[in-house]
Amino acid sequence: MASVAAHEKLVGGVVAHHPPGRAGFGGAVRSEFTKIRSVRSTYWTLIALFIIVVGFGILFSWGQTMRLASISHGFTPGGQPVPPHNFLTAQEAQIRSHAASVSLFGLLIGQLIITVLGALTITAEYSTGMIRTSLATMPRRGTLFAAKAAVFGFVALVTGLVTSFVAFFIGQAILSSWHVNTTLGHPGVLRAVIGGGLFIAVCGLLSFGIGAMLRHSAGAIGASIGVLFVVWILSNFLPGPPSGWFGQADIDKWIPLDAGSRIWLSQQIGIHQFSPWIGFAVFCAYAAAAIIGGLILFLRRDA
Amino acid sequence: MIEARGLTKRYGDTVAVDNLSFAVEPGRITGFLGPNGAGKTTTMRMILGLDRPTSGTVTINGKRLSQLAWPMREVGALIDAKAVHGGRSAYNHLLCLAQTNNLPARRVGEVLGLVGLSEVAKKRTKGFSLGMGQRLGIAAALLGDPAILMFDEPVNGLDPEGILWIRNLMKALAAEGRTVFVSSHLMSEMENTADTLIVIGRGKLIAQSTVAEFIAANSQQSVRVVTPDISALTALVTAAGATVRDDRDGKLVVLGLTPAQVGDLAFEHRIRLHELAPAHASLEQAFMELTASSVEFHAGLPASPDTDALTAGRVG
Repeated sequence: MASVAAHEKLVGGVVAHHPPGRAGFGGAVRSEFTKIRSVRSTYWTLIALFIIVVGFGILFSWGQTMRLASISHGFTPGGQPVPPHNFLTAQEAQIRSHAASVSLFGLLIGQLIITVLGALTITAEYSTGMIRTSLATMPRRGTLFAAKAAVFGFVALVTGLVTSFVAFFIGQAILSSWHVNTTLGHPGVLRAVIGGGLFIAVCGLLSFGIGAMLRHSAGAIGASIGVLFVVWILSNFLPGPPSGWFGQADIDKWIPLDAGSRIWLSQQIGIHQFSPWIGFAVFCAYAAAAIIGGLILFLRRDA
Repeated sequence: MIEARGLTKRYGDTVAVDNLSFAVEPGRITGFLGPNGAGKTTTMRMILGLDRPTSGTVTINGKRLSQLAWPMREVGALIDAKAVHGGRSAYNHLLCLAQTNNLPARRVGEVLGLVGLSEVAKKRTKGFSLGMGQRLGIAAALLGDPAILMFDEPVNGLDPEGILWIRNLMKALAAEGRTVFVSSHLMSEMENTADTLIVIGRGKLIAQSTVAEFIAANSQQSVRVVTPDISALTALVTAAGATVRDDRDGKLVVLGLTPAQVGDLAFEHRIRLHELAPAHASLEQAFMELTASSVEFHAGLPASPDTDALTAGRVG
């Protein structure tokens, strides 16, 4: 039991009351970094992201070596794939040009995991009631919001980049057993691998913005997965617009996931798609819209 | 100094806070009193900028909270013991708050020691009892060593030891010259701690005065008498213009006469008195009389003799 006497020792300004300046972005960033590193859900989701993306990368890469084996040479009587020689079938050429993307394909699942962390970064403040304490200590809401988004975006980007590079190198190690030696020096490969990290960060920020708007964990995660994944799946099953309008692909390329994925696909698929950086810019615009919407509501609503 | 001017908050058709104006002065404990649903928490949330007033303003040292250079160094608030992320340790919870205002990390250890939570500093707050949660909230409020402290229902759910601790802490803080603004629906608690009162009901200001003035102005003094000759004394004081309530257990409560007057009357008429005491009206009684019309939900209890005992006040 603490005594009042213990308090009296503190009297007389242990803390200098008015140092120059004012509470601002720097302190808010340090605070948000403490917040994100001090809860377990951060570690769970980031580790899950890494394992899923790298794991699926390994799986897809291994799957492609099996395909290469079956198309080019088949197997020896002992069941061992026969090493290839110096000719390529059309399918082999395609696999080789897509080698980087093959090892990064786990990003399609990884995006679902980062949306969870992105949403929780803001919605957990509401579900726990922490937002009241946060705003009473840092009442400049725009600063708090920006710090939160910046810290989460940074953590997501670093994790995304590490994951993307590891998935690429392990994937290529597997594919190299078939002499598909794709390196970061090949055209578009470095962009694709860095793009994997960028893609993860922007997926998370999109979800963060939706979380700020909805203020509810399950709702925000559901809505983010809806925007990213469900829209993409629907677009592949629904009939296109009536002929004479514009092409199906002209609509498809605006689908968030289609646009955002350009950046980590090492080769252009189809002439109707955006180029990698334009597609990524479109994807960033969707995320920016969600974040601006979230910010406006964050500034206006009662907490 | 906290100043509210014409503070109003509406939720649709419901008026939670209605044109409230008051000032909270430094160096004393100001009790913010009202029945449940009177608008105390909404008012405190507006002071902290969590809710935006429909109209009117509330300022801290002349500014809105968001305009203060170092908010935590000027105002510390305990709004709700549950306003923490349960997955975070007590230390990290306080550290992330301290960092927003560039407070040194060692300050976290100091306030944890101050509220008696040093041993559980590394534990996640999910497992904290209500009392520990209140202490953590108070630690957060004290982090910036602020001159203004606000506590919303700080003794809610605490054991007697915890209540005494908070009461002494608030007194010590006020004695240091700080502004202490504490809300409660427990009148007895305010009577023991507060120096001045702001009383609200249904979002409206009912009274702002010192505790003593409030009781004097809003309740009748009464005298409690024990006598073997109840009927004779009743007739006597009634004839002298007082009103009498029978306290059932052989005691009379006399309203409208001083203890000296009652004693003299009895002496003149040779009526034996076994006990004669002034019954100081409690804050509770004054409060009940004052807010009787403004309680949001009446419980609709059937009238019984017990209600007399309630309104007769406690012997001081």
